[in-house]
Amino acid sequence: MAMVQPRSTKYRVLLTHLSLLAFILLILFPLLMVISISFRTGNFATGSLLPQHPSLEHWSLAFGIPYHEADGSVIQPPFPVLLWLWNSIKVASIASVMILLLSTTSAYAFARMRFKGKDVILKAMLIFQMFPPVLSLVAIYALFNQIGKEVSWLGINTHGALILAYLGGVALHIWTIKGYFESVDKSLEEAAIVDGATTWQAFRYILLPLSVPILVVVFILAFIMNIMEYPIASVLLLDVNKLTLAVGANQYLYQQHYLWGDFAAAAVLSGLPITVIFLYCQKWIVGGLTAGGVKG
Amino acid sequence: MLTQALSEPYTRSKRLMNLRALVKWGALGAVSLLAFYLILALYLQRQFMFAILFLVLTGSALYVFARSKAYTYRYIFPALAGMSVFVLFPLFYTVAIGFTNYSADNLLTLPRVQQVLLSHTYQVAGGRHDFELREQGGRYRLSITDDQGARLVTAPFSLEASGKRQKLSLQPAGSQPIAGDKVNLRGIIQHKKALNDLTLVLPDKTLLSMVSLRSFGAVKPLYTVHSDNTLVNNKTGEVYYPNDKSGFYESAKGETLSPGWTVAIGWANYVRVLTDPTIRGPFIQIFTWTVTFALLTVVFTLGLGLLLASLLQWDQVRGKGFYRTMLILPYAVPAFISILIFKGLFNQNFGEINLVLQHLFGVRPDWFSDPFLAKVMILIVNTWLGYPYMMLLSMGLLQSIPRDLYEASAMDGAGPIDNLFRITIPLIIKPLMPLLIASFAFNFNNFVLIALLTNGAPDIIGASTPAGTTDLLVSYTYRIAFQDAGQNFGLAAAIATVIFLLVGGLSLINLKLSKVKV
Repeated sequence: MAMVQPRSTKYRVLLTHLSLLAFILLILFPLLMVISISFRTGNFATGSLLPQHPSLEHWSLAFGIPYHEADGSVIQPPFPVLLWLWNSIKVASIASVMILLLSTTSAYAFARMRFKGKDVILKAMLIFQMFPPVLSLVAIYALFNQIGKEVSWLGINTHGALILAYLGGVALHIWTIKGYFESVDKSLEEAAIVDGATTWQAFRYILLPLSVPILVVVFILAFIMNIMEYPIASVLLLDVNKLTLAVGANQYLYQQHYLWGDFAAAAVLSGLPITVIFLYCQKWIVGGLTAGGVKG
Repeated sequence: MLTQALSEPYTRSKRLMNLRALVKWGALGAVSLLAFYLILALYLQRQFMFAILFLVLTGSALYVFARSKAYTYRYIFPALAGMSVFVLFPLFYTVAIGFTNYSADNLLTLPRVQQVLLSHTYQVAGGRHDFELREQGGRYRLSITDDQGARLVTAPFSLEASGKRQKLSLQPAGSQPIAGDKVNLRGIIQHKKALNDLTLVLPDKTLLSMVSLRSFGAVKPLYTVHSDNTLVNNKTGEVYYPNDKSGFYESAKGETLSPGWTVAIGWANYVRVLTDPTIRGPFIQIFTWTVTFALLTVVFTLGLGLLLASLLQWDQVRGKGFYRTMLILPYAVPAFISILIFKGLFNQNFGEINLVLQHLFGVRPDWFSDPFLAKVMILIVNTWLGYPYMMLLSMGLLQSIPRDLYEASAMDGAGPIDNLFRITIPLIIKPLMPLLIASFAFNFNNFVLIALLTNGAPDIIGASTPAGTTDLLVSYTYRIAFQDAGQNFGLAAAIATVIFLLVGGLSLINLKLSKVKV
């Protein structure tokens, strides 16, 4: 408790609450709006913010169920939203598991072992992870075009290629896990090695079980970053049925083909699970993000 | 007995070791053979960059996994290999492309260009034959009547517009009627593309191509290749020489044939950016906007974030958990969704923001076609997206400031403004600086925001490449490479290289400032 309290504190607290609430209302306006729009009839503004005749038209289409209008006509779902969501989840989870495997072993070596070039590699990783992959898209496209000639399931327009491309982004995660490993006491592993365990066994049976929390955090972080990745996916994937959500969602709002209501339902449907995961894990994720400064 | 029992596990483990060594060396051998095959194939296809990449990759893999001395590197090898192939290699490859004329016009290699040009044909005078197309069970037969009145017919074939030329030989049909239903003109128009790809061969080896919707005509290859790689136009007699400077076949008069092939052109792309007014103008304009955008974003998000963090830091305010969760919501929603939500909300005609503004103030701003308003919109959206991050950062940093400093300043009668500038900012600026630079670099390259929100619109007038007033350098390069007919990969790569240098410089400064300990 502070010692010095001005007399007007009560009013200032009230003012703070009011302004915070007003600000939150302003900030949440777009999100509330999109929920309201998802229940509106048709794809165009009706002149009011709340739906006057709420309908489940857009929601039914988002779930891939053709919608029967009152006059008997049937609207087909414009895009396979659930398939896109599935594609995103599939690609992101496989890539995240692989990222986790790669970065855990490297982080172990960086945290516990001594070898030539360690400092240089660690610093170089920090620098190179700042380069946006958008700039080397031509090269990435050419690379997978070339790989695809030999191995067709890793070529352009495959999820294999996308997963492989995401494996490049391990630098940040190596740093995060390395930091955690360094905070774990070495003596247990050293005791095990004295008793005849190999370094691999010390890593696998002693350090790893102790590090489950950070591994979960890195997995979630990698998962969310992969789900939100847009540029690489937009170049590597071509078929409508292969797109990830991040690329597909863009297709709703073309000038000539403006599906505002359908988009709103699809956005809420697909954005909600990701938002909930993020909010649930925010405490850990924020720590990892602030360490690397990647978003914002 | 006893000795036997004792020695048995020993020999077993030894045998196991031998087996493991065998498996290991076998696997290494198989991998290196496979890699060698791949490298050779790439080398023969003249893909030197890729050949070198795989050579280095398998070479280092063999070294790391075969030598027991390099044991520690086995832990980091997979991750480093991933980064080298998907981050470092594309980076170097991009820099290399920047020195070539790689583009939609100069996409192929010289042998492929020759192949394409040699498949061009021209129509020889006379020799036009009406044709009939007949369909039976999804297969087609094509028949013509030649100058002597005899009917000739092809074997059944499938009709798909694959873009590849299909050669069909014509055989005398005799007087028998040809099986199948005649395809009418509408059907022929439908299949026009596939029919265009057909080359018919008469028994005397004359080639026929479709010349109108009713007839095929005699054609000859347009070019003949000579031993010194020159092409001769069979129709005009003009000679075309391969020019390794421009990557095109050129005649003495300076006419060029499309397509061309990829050649190294040195610094020409960079010179173009610096001297061509239709590129330099937009480039400078976009560069200025990129810096302004990144700076303003950092200022706005930091200002808002710091303000909110200080409010939440105040002991008297209750319900901090609720406020905190609500305030970081914009950060939790996936960016690609919230950006698109804003794109819809800001829409000039159907957008809900204009609906509200119309009701309140009677205005309907042109958010997407007025350059200034478009920039304002982008900054609003990006501040919305980015302030929670700054707020979270500031909350962490504010907590580390000793509270008694504020107590002391309150005793001295200082107000909140004094507190902010005399205590808070001087204390947090040092740990904050590297994060601000990282945020600047991130927004400098904030491709997703621009690509999804405005895609650069409104366009810059008088630019020879796709360029918009709200484009950032990254989205500008993306559009030069992947949008419209231009597809100038070389120019895009040159600009990308400039950005690489800028970002590299920024991250070096950052590394110095944050004094990273490894």
